[in-house]
Amino acid sequence: MPKQINVALIGNPNTGKTSVFNHLTGLNQQVGNYPGITVEKKEGICKLPRGLKAHILDLPGTYSLNASSLDENIVIELLLNKNDKDYPDVAVVVSDVENLKRNLLLFTQIKDLGIPTILAINMADRMDRKGISLDIARMEERLKTKIALVSARKKTGIEELKELIINHRQISTEPCVNASTIAPDYFDSLRKAFPNQSLYKLWLVITHDVNFGSLNRNNLDKTSGFKTKEKTDLKRLQQKETIVRYQFINGILKETFTKDISAATDLRSKLDRVLTHQVWGYFIFFGILLLIFQAIYDWSSYPMDLIDSTFAFLGEWSKEILPSGMFTSLISEGIIPGLGGIVIFIPQIAFLFLFISLLEESGYMSRVVFLMDRIMRRFGLSGKSVVPLVSGTACAIPAVMATRNIEDWKERLITILVVPFTTCSARLPVYLIIIALVIPDERFLGIFNLQGITLMLLYMLGFGMSVFSAWILNKILKIKSKTYFVIEMPDYKLPLFKNVAINVVEKTKSFVFGAGKIILAISIILWVLASYGPTEKFDNAEKIVSEQYGESLTPEEFHNHVASIKLENSYIGMMGKGIEPIVRPLGYDWKIGIAIVSSFAAREVFVGTLATIYSVGSDEEKTIKDRMAAETNPILGGPLFNFASGISLLLFYAFAMQCMSTLAIVKRETNSWKWPALQLVLMSGIAYIAAFAAFQILK
Amino acid sequence: MSQTIASLKKGQKGIIKQFSHDDIPLKLLEMGCLPGNEVELVQTAPFRDPMYLNINGSHLAIRKETALLIEIEVVE
Ligand SMILES: Nc1nc2c(ncn2[C@@H]2O[C@H](COP(=O)(O)OP(=O)(O)OP(=O)(O)O)[C@@H](O)[C@H]2O)c(=O)[nH]1
Ligand SMILES: [Mg+2]
Repeated sequence: MPKQINVALIGNPNTGKTSVFNHLTGLNQQVGNYPGITVEKKEGICKLPRGLKAHILDLPGTYSLNASSLDENIVIELLLNKNDKDYPDVAVVVSDVENLKRNLLLFTQIKDLGIPTILAINMADRMDRKGISLDIARMEERLKTKIALVSARKKTGIEELKELIINHRQISTEPCVNASTIAPDYFDSLRKAFPNQSLYKLWLVITHDVNFGSLNRNNLDKTSGFKTKEKTDLKRLQQKETIVRYQFINGILKETFTKDISAATDLRSKLDRVLTHQVWGYFIFFGILLLIFQAIYDWSSYPMDLIDSTFAFLGEWSKEILPSGMFTSLISEGIIPGLGGIVIFIPQIAFLFLFISLLEESGYMSRVVFLMDRIMRRFGLSGKSVVPLVSGTACAIPAVMATRNIEDWKERLITILVVPFTTCSARLPVYLIIIALVIPDERFLGIFNLQGITLMLLYMLGFGMSVFSAWILNKILKIKSKTYFVIEMPDYKLPLFKNVAINVVEKTKSFVFGAGKIILAISIILWVLASYGPTEKFDNAEKIVSEQYGESLTPEEFHNHVASIKLENSYIGMMGKGIEPIVRPLGYDWKIGIAIVSSFAAREVFVGTLATIYSVGSDEEKTIKDRMAAETNPILGGPLFNFASGISLLLFYAFAMQCMSTLAIVKRETNSWKWPALQLVLMSGIAYIAAFAAFQILK
Repeated sequence: MSQTIASLKKGQKGIIKQFSHDDIPLKLLEMGCLPGNEVELVQTAPFRDPMYLNINGSHLAIRKETALLIEIEVVE
């Protein structure tokens, strides 16, 4: 069997690498019109004609091989290490036809490494609109390579690209720019010291430390008998190198690239005049946010009601059709309500993902970065922190990873630390159910739904808290770093329905299955703990009730009393009673206490937990919300979920760090347990204090 | 004193002459901000920071502190 061909897709950010990757492999990785969507390498298999196969690697975008941020570093680490199992047999440089000049810089660098390099010129469908024409044959000749003109959107040129991949051995590996002209003497001595290495590779290894802390390098030892230059000299040489490369590229493009400006239509400047306007820009951004929250509330209430009552019905129905016994009650009282507690939020979460995806796909996100940079900088963040903060409203995990394109380590660290304050979709279930219980469903000024406004305030509280703690961290953390900031402003694009749909479906799916697994496990554990008890009181609940009340109870009342005595004396009841003193000052009873403890694994467990606890021993077909509304406060009387305890719960969930996966990812991204530990302690502390204050003031 | 990108007016164009500081981020050069290239100020955020530029057809935004390092000659 022939060996698989290792292919690496490399290119500037936002040139369509992932789109091409998806076509080649049939996978559905996330695509978006924002530089820096892909931050990790992703792999897939591509079936080529004549029974061949290629192993395709999608890489984060990079402007050059001189890495200046973590995601860019991934590319150079791969290309410098011949022993890496993914080391490419052939590199495909995916470039954007509209930014060909800038894209070719990276191409020339990779080619100079001696790797066979194919140039894929993507976005060919936009050439007409922009009045661009190319002389491909001439360009191939000058760049000493093969070119595929591709449109990932129109799905053209993909087969040609596959052919080129198969025939990669025919591509010349001769460098096209001679980098050594920038300092001939220096490169000469370099060549003498390491006669067997590619010159440009040596140069990259040497300069790499300049731009990017030290790295683990075992394949090359640069110190052996070779004196390198001062950092500032190297930097100057890198600048010189860049200029030399651009001179070469300009020469080629002059012959092969023509742009007829009169044919170009300019949507960008028209839209940017408004969307990045000093005043209107902010109004529009705020308006978009408002629209999103209204939509999440108003549009999704119908499917939600339907799902809620379906699950209530399912629980009841399963009791009827299955033979009665332990197994049935596990299903009808443990698993079904627990799962119902997550499925019900699919509509809202899908809407949230839909909007985030639209913002990314249209190209608007970079405008937000531009508008917000100065404001964010005040707080020690970067404009680029806006994207993690916005995508943090879906989930903190990808958001923490999305910080990788922030160049400055201090800004990046602060962003990572404060991202978990933003309202992730796992908080949404808790917010929604509590809001529905304690905030009246009325309209304010005739249009704004009060519940929708409360939700928006909670989101703003999340952002506010992130920004505020960033400000404090900025004062406290003593990390010296040199800041600079460059962001590309991509052209506006009509969001592709398929990309958006894939995003929404994939993310919702992973939310539901990820959370679903935890919830399933927890609801089974809870059900067991709630259905058994260690003491006699639990076993004799019926006797106790009949002794206490005699015959005065209706069968239904009798049943309810028995159930509540059983629950209180079950294992979970006893555990709950144990923690009750801690949560009582916040206005909660022991059941909420249990729900809070179990949601330290993941927040979205809260509703499922309550649903399971409340439905154990209950016979009626009721929705989760009805059950919660019926609970009374054992000490103060009145509904348990009232305004004071409701607000207190909302604040607790707004601030508490209740997500193991986030802590794990923060550990990975910061390479230390110090930071996640700090997050856990501080955020939970703040949550407790805020919830305590709110309940004591409002009660 | 020579003019820098920071002193451009909205819609105004200039030619990049040189960098007044060696510490200019390499990334900027790589993104096409090179001596000899034409630069246009497309838009600014409040307080003229950051600045949204069009440098020979590639669009990017940089902070004012960086813009101050790039010397230009105004053309129109
Ligand atoms: N018009 C047009 N748009 C395209 C084409 N290919 C990709 N796009 C769009 O370009 C944007 C960027 O695509 P991605 O595939 O995410 O680009 P990427 O290179 O993986 O980007 P990063 O991972 O951020 O570096 C998306 O909005 C795509 O829909 C194409 O051939 N034509
Ligand atoms: Mg990508």
